[in-house]
Amino acid sequence: MAENGFEPKIVAFLCNWCTYTGADLAGTSRIQYPPNVRIIRLMCSGSVDPTYVLKPLLDGADGVLIGGCHPGDCHYQSGNYKARRRYIALREILKNAGCDEDRVWLRWISASEGQRFAETITQMTEFLKQKGPNPLRREWAV
Amino acid sequence: MSVPEIAIMEAEPRIGVYICHCGVNIAANVDVSRVAEFAATLPGVVTARNYLYMCSDPGQALIQQDIKEQGLNRVVVASCSPRMHEPTFRGAAQQAGLNPYLVEMANIREQCSWVHSERALATEKAKALVASTVAKAFRLEPLEEREVGVVPGAVVIGGGVAGMVAALDVADTGFPVYLVEKSEALGGRVADLNRTFPTLEPVAELLKPLIERVENHPNITVLLDAQLAGVEGYVGNFKVSVSRDQGSESRMQDTGCRMQTDHQVGAIIVATGYDVFDPRRKPELGYGQYPNVITSLELEQRLLEKNLAVDGRTPKSVAFIQCVGSRDVQVGNAYCSRVCCMYTAKQSRLVRELLPEANVTVFFMDVRTFGKGAEEFYDEARKKGVLYRRGNISEIYRRRSFDGTQDRVVLVGEDTLQGRPIELEADLVVLAVGMEARTDVADLSTLLKLPRSSDGFFLELHPKLRPVDTAVSGVFLAGCCQGPKDIADTVAQAKAAAASALIPLIRGTVPAESATAVVEPELCAGCGMCVEVCPFGAPALDPLWGVSRINYVLCKGCGTCAVTCPSKAIRLQHFTASQILAQIDALVEL
Repeated sequence: MAENGFEPKIVAFLCNWCTYTGADLAGTSRIQYPPNVRIIRLMCSGSVDPTYVLKPLLDGADGVLIGGCHPGDCHYQSGNYKARRRYIALREILKNAGCDEDRVWLRWISASEGQRFAETITQMTEFLKQKGPNPLRREWAV
Repeated sequence: MSVPEIAIMEAEPRIGVYICHCGVNIAANVDVSRVAEFAATLPGVVTARNYLYMCSDPGQALIQQDIKEQGLNRVVVASCSPRMHEPTFRGAAQQAGLNPYLVEMANIREQCSWVHSERALATEKAKALVASTVAKAFRLEPLEEREVGVVPGAVVIGGGVAGMVAALDVADTGFPVYLVEKSEALGGRVADLNRTFPTLEPVAELLKPLIERVENHPNITVLLDAQLAGVEGYVGNFKVSVSRDQGSESRMQDTGCRMQTDHQVGAIIVATGYDVFDPRRKPELGYGQYPNVITSLELEQRLLEKNLAVDGRTPKSVAFIQCVGSRDVQVGNAYCSRVCCMYTAKQSRLVRELLPEANVTVFFMDVRTFGKGAEEFYDEARKKGVLYRRGNISEIYRRRSFDGTQDRVVLVGEDTLQGRPIELEADLVVLAVGMEARTDVADLSTLLKLPRSSDGFFLELHPKLRPVDTAVSGVFLAGCCQGPKDIADTVAQAKAAAASALIPLIRGTVPAESATAVVEPELCAGCGMCVEVCPFGAPALDPLWGVSRINYVLCKGCGTCAVTCPSKAIRLQHFTASQILAQIDALVEL
C-alpha cells in the first residue's frame, strides 16, 4: 500500500447469484480495481444480519458493502427487498448512535455487471479515502 | 459413496490448505508460496501446500492423500471461484471419506489475481481471503446430502426451430412436453425465410416435417396463443402457469378472455428467439421512406415469390448493406449478429440468378464466413459475379427521374480499402438487418429470474463450459434467446439444452439443498415471524409444541428467516453467524 497514504479496508457481503458472480465476471474480464475490498460470499443479501455490518465497523474496517440482485431479480424472490429495508433501518440506527452511516453501502449489481462491480469498488475506495480512517477503529482499540 | 464417512462432530479441526497456482493465472500476481507459509500459521491448520493445478487429478489426489495420511477433517482450497470448482473439490473430499460440506474455497483468482496486478497487494489480499476461509472452515459442520423427486416432464417456451427440436428430443425420450408458443402457429422466425445457407435448401422442406412431427407427437402438448404467466418452484418441481387466449377457440367465452393453466414439470427450456433490428432506427438509410430500400427479411419473401420488381420495374442495380444494427455502438449493439454475412452471400447469389443482367454489389465491414461450407459458398457468390466492396454507407437519398416513374436511390459513403468516397445508383437496396434481444425479454427474465448479459440476451452460466445452463437450476437456454446464431448452431444448442434438461428427468431425483435453515426448538418463542418472511413456505409452527419447524425440502437456504428471528433460534447451515463473524474477524485483522 502507499507509503503515507491511507488505504481503506472494505468488507463486502455479496449474494451468491448476482453480485458475487458479477465480481467473478470482473475477474474473467480482467477489469482492474483497488485491492481494498475483502469479499465474504453469502447466498442472499437478505441474509446479511445487522451484526455482520456492525462488527467489521467496530473491529476497524473502514467501510461495508452489501451487494445484491437488482429489484425483481432476487434468486429467492424478495431477499434483496428485505436487505434494503434492513439497510435503511440500520443507517438510521448508525446515525443515531453517532456512527457514520455513509460508510455502509448497498448496491444492486447483477451477474453480468462486472464493470459496475469494479466501478463500485473504485468509487467506494475513493470515497473512503476522502473520509479518512474509521474513527471507531481508534476509539475501540485497547 | 462406498467410502465410509469420517466422523467429525467431536474431533478437533485438522485443516489442510491448498494454494493453487492455476498455471500462471494466480502465481503471476500472487506469491503462492508466501501465502502457503502464512496459511500454515493459522489456527487449526495441519498442512499448507501450493500446487500448479489443484483441480488436476494429481492435485485432487494430493488432498485425498492428506485426508488419509494426516487425518484432515477440513479442507480449504484457494484457487478459482467456488462457482467454478466447488463441486470438483467437494467430490474429491467425498471420495476420500470426508463430508463434502467440510470443504471451503477461497477465491484468489477471479476476485484477486485477475483484478489486481500489483503483486505485493494481491498477495496480501490473498492472505486475508485464505485466513477468512480457514476461520470459516474451522467452524464447518458436516451436512446431510438428500435427494428429492423430479416431476417427469418439461415446459419449452418458444415454438421456433430451437423450441421444436428441444421438445422433440425430450418427448422422444418418453417425457411429456408442454410447448408454449406466443403466436398462433409453430415455426418461429425461420418460417419467414426462403432458403437456407449454405445448402440452398428450401426452408419449407426443413420446417414442415419438423412441425408435423411436433404436432403429431403423443408426448407433446402444443399451446398456441399462449404466454408464460408465472413460475414457482425449483429444479425438479416447477409449477409453470400459462395463460392462453381462449377467444379464438371457445365461442362460449368473450373474445380476448384469457384462461390460465398450471403445468407441473421438472425442467424448463427457454427458446424464445430474437427480434429483428428495425432499420428505421438508422433513418439515414431511408428505410420506410423509399420503396427501393427493403430489409433482408422482406427480400426473403420476394425471393420466394420470385418477384424483385420495384414500382413494376426490374432492377438493374441491386446493393446490399451489411451490419445494419450489428457491430454498431451508436444503436447500442456492439456485437456481430453472425448470420448476416452468410445470408447476404446467399441472397446476392439468388438475386444474380434471378436477374443475370443486373449489377449486384455488397457493401461490408468485414466478411465473416465461419462454419462448414460457408467460406466456399461465399467464394462461389463472388465467382458468380457479386461485387464485394469494403465500405460504409452513410446515407441513401432518392434521385428522381423526369416523369417520376423511374426513381432510383443513391448510396453515398466511403470505400474503406481505397479511402475514397463511394457513390452508387441502385434500384433496390437490401439492408442486412441483425438480431436483437426480444423487447419482451425483460418480462421473462423477471418471471424466471434469468440474468441477461449486457447485450440484452439471456446469460448462460459459463461462456464455455455451461453454455445452455443458467443461474437458475433446471432452466436451460436454446437458440437465439442466448445470442445470435444460425439454424445449425440453434439446432445443436437445442439438442444440448434437451440433453441437459433430461439429466434430472431421467435420474428421477435431484439433490435437495443441504445448507438449509434449522430451528433450535429450545430457543424458539413461536412468534411466527419466520413463517411470515419465507417466500417458499418452508417454516411452519408446530401446533403441538408451538415452535417453528422448517421443511427441508421446501427450504432454499436463503437465510432470511435466520436474520429475522428475534430470538436467534434459526441457524442457516453452512453460513452460520459464528462462521461469518469468524470470517469478518480474520478479514479485518489483516
